[in-house]
Amino acid sequence: MHQFTIQPIFGSQNWELAGYNIAFTNSAMWMLIATVVLWIFVAGGLRRELVPGRWQMAVEYFTGFVDNMLEANIGEAGRKYVPYVFSLFMFILFANILGLLPLGVVGIHPFTFTSHFTVTGILAILSFSIVLVVGFWKHGFHFFSLFVPHGTPLPMIPIIFPIELISFMVRPFSLGLRLFVAMMAGHVLLEVLSSFVIDGTNAGVGYAALVGIPSFILMIGICALEILVAGIQAYVFALLTSLYINDAENLH
Amino acid sequence: MPQIAQLAETYSSQIFWLLVFFGIVFVFVGRGMVPKVMETVARRDQQIASDLAAAGAARDKADEEEAAWRSRENENRAAAQAIVAQAKAKAAADNEKKLAAAQKRLDTKITQAEQDIAEARNAALAEVEGVAVEAAQDIVQRLAGVKVTAAVAKNAVKKAMTHV
Repeated sequence: MHQFTIQPIFGSQNWELAGYNIAFTNSAMWMLIATVVLWIFVAGGLRRELVPGRWQMAVEYFTGFVDNMLEANIGEAGRKYVPYVFSLFMFILFANILGLLPLGVVGIHPFTFTSHFTVTGILAILSFSIVLVVGFWKHGFHFFSLFVPHGTPLPMIPIIFPIELISFMVRPFSLGLRLFVAMMAGHVLLEVLSSFVIDGTNAGVGYAALVGIPSFILMIGICALEILVAGIQAYVFALLTSLYINDAENLH
Repeated sequence: MPQIAQLAETYSSQIFWLLVFFGIVFVFVGRGMVPKVMETVARRDQQIASDLAAAGAARDKADEEEAAWRSRENENRAAAQAIVAQAKAKAAADNEKKLAAAQKRLDTKITQAEQDIAEARNAALAEVEGVAVEAAQDIVQRLAGVKVTAAVAKNAVKKAMTHV
């Protein structure tokens, strides 16, 4: 579990802001790296040429992807959320993929900050707050009709309302936990398999053939799977955010 | 699990730096760059749409011009055919007139010739009569020794000639 340990760097463990510790940790370092890489990636697509090059094409693909997702889920009103959902999707995607990079072989140990529920939780609360603000801003107290599905018989409302309310309140938790659990489980799985490979091979030729090599082959497959999961979890986070914003924009 | 074990000591720094860096991403990348990228895409889509529309309009115009050219061409052809037909009719009429004139000329020549022939024949006949009268006078004188006058001989010849 050492890979999930947060350590202050640059001797910043005593930095404070209004009494709270804000040490610049390895987690914050990788947030910075993800921010810089994402900035470079998007800035490279900012050439605004009529006939796009490869890089511009890639950036436009991602903006178009987020734009289409929002338009499909929310409609024309969804376009104003493109900056937020794009930032969310790309930030999580870059964090997930940067955390998977095998930079350990050159002595840099990537830190996947999306495997911490303090981070995913804040992102989930951010999305949930947007849903609440938009919902109450646009619909006022009428927003509570979200908890009474259309066509519910009158006697059922007292039962349905709390159920819908709970399922609504659980959303930020499921949103944040899903990403945190997926990223952490993947990294733990890779760590366990790699310990099989190393320990099995160290234990002798028989163990190496029986445990080490099959684990190594399996690990190659799991690595591909983890890259897939990195993309899918970022997509799921953005997709669910857009679905929740749709509830706030359009009720139902 | 460090996520839980370190929660108390790290949560504030995690939240602070996440908000800082996600805020930077949102403000500068999300709000600053993404709209420009999307504007570029929209401008390109618009350009493509307008180019397609221009191409369509040009094609329609070409079709129109071709149709106009075709009708003009048909008109010209019809006019040319009319001129040819007119010329043909005029030539035919001229021919007929010339033929008629030639026929007339021939007819007069023929009648003239016929008249000449008739005159010549009459003249010849008169000469033959004269010769016959003299011959009759001579023959009568030699055979009968009677001298007949020219008038009597002529009468007799005329009588005989009518029986021929």
